[in-house]
Amino acid sequence: MSALARRWLTRRARAPRALRATVALLMGTAALLILASPRSPQASGAATPPAATGSGGAAAPAQAPQPPGTGRSKFPEAPAPGERTVATPSSPTLLAEGRSLYEEGCSSCHGMDLKGRTRMAPSLVGVGAGPVDFYLSTGRMPLENPHAEPLRTTPLYSRARIQALVAFVSSFGGPPAPTTDPGAGDLALGLHDFTLDCAGCHQIVGRGGLTIGAIVPELQSATAQQVAEAVRMGPYVMPRFGPRQIDQHALDSIARYVLWTRAPSDRGGWGISNIGPIPEGMVAWFLALTALVIVARLIGERTN
Amino acid sequence: MIVARRPPRRLARTMRLGEERLGAARAIKWALRYVFPDHWTFLLGEIALYAFIVLVATGVFLTLYYVPSDTQVIYRGPYDLLRGEQMSEAFRSVLDLSFNVPAGLLVRQIHHWAADVFVAAIVLHLIRIFFTGAYRKPRDLNYFIGLTMLMLAILEGFAGYSLVDDLLSGMGLAIAYSVALSIPFVGAQLGYLIWGGQFPGSSDFFPRLEIIHVLVIPLALAVLITMHLAMIMRHRHTQFPGPGRRERNVVGTPLWPAYALRSIGLLLAVAAVLFLVGGLIQVNPIWQWGPYHGYLSENGAQPDWYIGWLIGALRLMPNWEPTIAGHTLIPNPFWGGVLFPTVVFAMMFAWPALERRVTGDYRRHDLLDRPRDRPVRTAIGAAFLSWVVIIFAVGSTDRIFVRLHIPYEEQVHFWRVGVWLLPIIVFFATRQTCRWLARTGSHPLRAWEGALIARRPDGGFEVLADSPEGPGSIESGPPIGTAPGQESEL
Ligand code: HEC
Ligand code: HEC
Repeated sequence: MSALARRWLTRRARAPRALRATVALLMGTAALLILASPRSPQASGAATPPAATGSGGAAAPAQAPQPPGTGRSKFPEAPAPGERTVATPSSPTLLAEGRSLYEEGCSSCHGMDLKGRTRMAPSLVGVGAGPVDFYLSTGRMPLENPHAEPLRTTPLYSRARIQALVAFVSSFGGPPAPTTDPGAGDLALGLHDFTLDCAGCHQIVGRGGLTIGAIVPELQSATAQQVAEAVRMGPYVMPRFGPRQIDQHALDSIARYVLWTRAPSDRGGWGISNIGPIPEGMVAWFLALTALVIVARLIGERTN
Repeated sequence: MIVARRPPRRLARTMRLGEERLGAARAIKWALRYVFPDHWTFLLGEIALYAFIVLVATGVFLTLYYVPSDTQVIYRGPYDLLRGEQMSEAFRSVLDLSFNVPAGLLVRQIHHWAADVFVAAIVLHLIRIFFTGAYRKPRDLNYFIGLTMLMLAILEGFAGYSLVDDLLSGMGLAIAYSVALSIPFVGAQLGYLIWGGQFPGSSDFFPRLEIIHVLVIPLALAVLITMHLAMIMRHRHTQFPGPGRRERNVVGTPLWPAYALRSIGLLLAVAAVLFLVGGLIQVNPIWQWGPYHGYLSENGAQPDWYIGWLIGALRLMPNWEPTIAGHTLIPNPFWGGVLFPTVVFAMMFAWPALERRVTGDYRRHDLLDRPRDRPVRTAIGAAFLSWVVIIFAVGSTDRIFVRLHIPYEEQVHFWRVGVWLLPIIVFFATRQTCRWLARTGSHPLRAWEGALIARRPDGGFEVLADSPEGPGSIESGPPIGTAPGQESEL
């Protein structure tokens, strides 16, 4: 290597010295100018998905995740007339059970009085039934690390205990939980609205992805009820959509579409997870081309 | 009793007809006797060739149905989820092709898979050419043609992908537009030239793109392929060193009948595999993506794999835009989208000349190198390859984040350093491996452990010619592939 380097360095120069000096001078000036120029404000923020990921569009993440416990609590709006809701369960025994469950599992973060704790968790006063049901039925609460994104896991509580917690937290005020009837929805409208409002984060067939600082979950395990609750409350960095943006019919349609994405119409054969070119490239290289290389290997050397 | 049968009358007459007018018999005879060396890696380029043939055949079919128009229409076809949706005529024509035309979807999928495999086979072929030194004089010219075809193939694939005007390809075009605009000085004009106006372009854009995709580039590719093959015949094939194989001969199989049959077999295999994946595995389900509109986007949109390395570069590049007095000199997409591919191809184009200069070896070479006999070249190639592959893989960091929960930012920060470190490690590891392989004479895949020997009449032993230790005795003679005067490691 060093011999190569020496030969390279000591070779006879071809370009006239003046020309080389000019080029060096120009390059030096350009480099200086570039270095001296003020860096753009987001100079270090390039690790956020650039436009190239395609997540920078209309439905793209508008907000960055706020640190928990900053008082951010997106209060769901009161249901508009004609909105479908679930009656919030309530009875003294439920409330008592809910209180004890709450004190055991939630109060360490959300506070005994539900008012939240700074830098720990937001207030639950007035959130209503929807968020509680959503967070508990998707296993997101109780959270382990208050500074990490809540992710879907197996729910810790049974249906009955979730009811008790819903009853207890709702007794501090807030609207009833929204719901949907996917059967009343229209698939085509669902695809249309999902493309418009959700695909920028959730991918068009609901396969999830990346947004600024958060994993966007895939939607294949969400129930229609959870879709309604998520849309109306906007968990984590997801925006909240009120009835003015997404009315009940649109919500029904979106829920129907989300359920449809569990088994989308793969008319072309095996759907290879419906996320487009990445698995396609793998099939091209590791299946098709590999098979052909094996064929070539087999027929390539017959005469030996 | 043996009766020598005369050729049938009619055949003889046809042959004479041809001979009297074209005098082609000598050329045909020469071609039929053309000898192909025996090594399976020589078939990689043929896979690409046959994928191209499948592409042309299926492409002609698709062209009959495609409508290159951005006129907005309302879909009223059989696919429920899009009924009533507004879309361009181009997108609708591809939907109709997929759902209304018999075998339309099958042909479309074969075409798409064939494109993916076509470029992949070219890359594999290029890797073989590089690591065996097949690009050396006099074949450097043909190597340049090959590289040019690779560039054209990538462009061709992107153009075809973009014709459909679905959500994914529309977003891809938006990125391509921003990359075009980022070219200093000429960017705006270039964008205007291609799109005929601001993105998404004038109504001329799709007709223009179609002509490029179905005529201009395929024609250029066909001409280049012909030159490529003609030049191979002119130079004759290279071959790996071995018993009886010298610089100026070729040991192998003649074109007729043996090699032709083998090659036709490969053609059929390529067609079979592509039909199989085309029929069984879904590719680019545009009805799931839906039509493109400028205000729409979806998460994780990706281009086809052969553009993926540019997406990776765009992501990896820090958000760095030199500015002078508030004016952005060079917008960020330039680095990943223009400079990076230019550098990659420039390095590949420059390599033969660079190698000649550094080694001082200006001779003609018809024998191939085994990669291990040129440890430095092999190591440089492997390092370069790993560099490009890493950047390519960074293009899917968001999926890795979703699947494996490795934070996106950390991945990108890691690879910003790793993309320079790892190739260096690869370089040294490859060089060591090559030297070790060359020293021990073992085969990387076959794990050869010894030498074939035969007993001579006089009782002594002799290493057989086709054993990895080479002909002659164990102590004497250079290892195979190291002809005298070739000791340079590059
Ligand atoms: C800004 C990006 C963004 C948009 C736009 C968005 N979401 Fe979400 N969505 C998220 C994130 C992030 C989560 C995860 C929340 C969490 O971890 O607590 C989520 C969670 C969900 C869940 C719960 C999934 C599960 O299985 O646990 C559903 C259902 C959902 N979203 C539906 C929708 C629908 C329907 C729309 C469109 C009306 C939509 N989202 C729009 C980002 C988004
Ligand atoms: C480790 C601390 C922790 C524990 C324990 C916990 N939470 Fe939470 N909770 C949080 C944090 C942090 C958030 C805010 C998440 C976000 O940013 O979206 C939250 C948000 C919520 C919300 C949504 C509030 C809103 O923004 O509308 C509900 C409802 C909720 N928690 C219910 C519960 C219940 C019920 C329990 C007990 C079973 C519980 N949490 C246990 C930390 C905790």
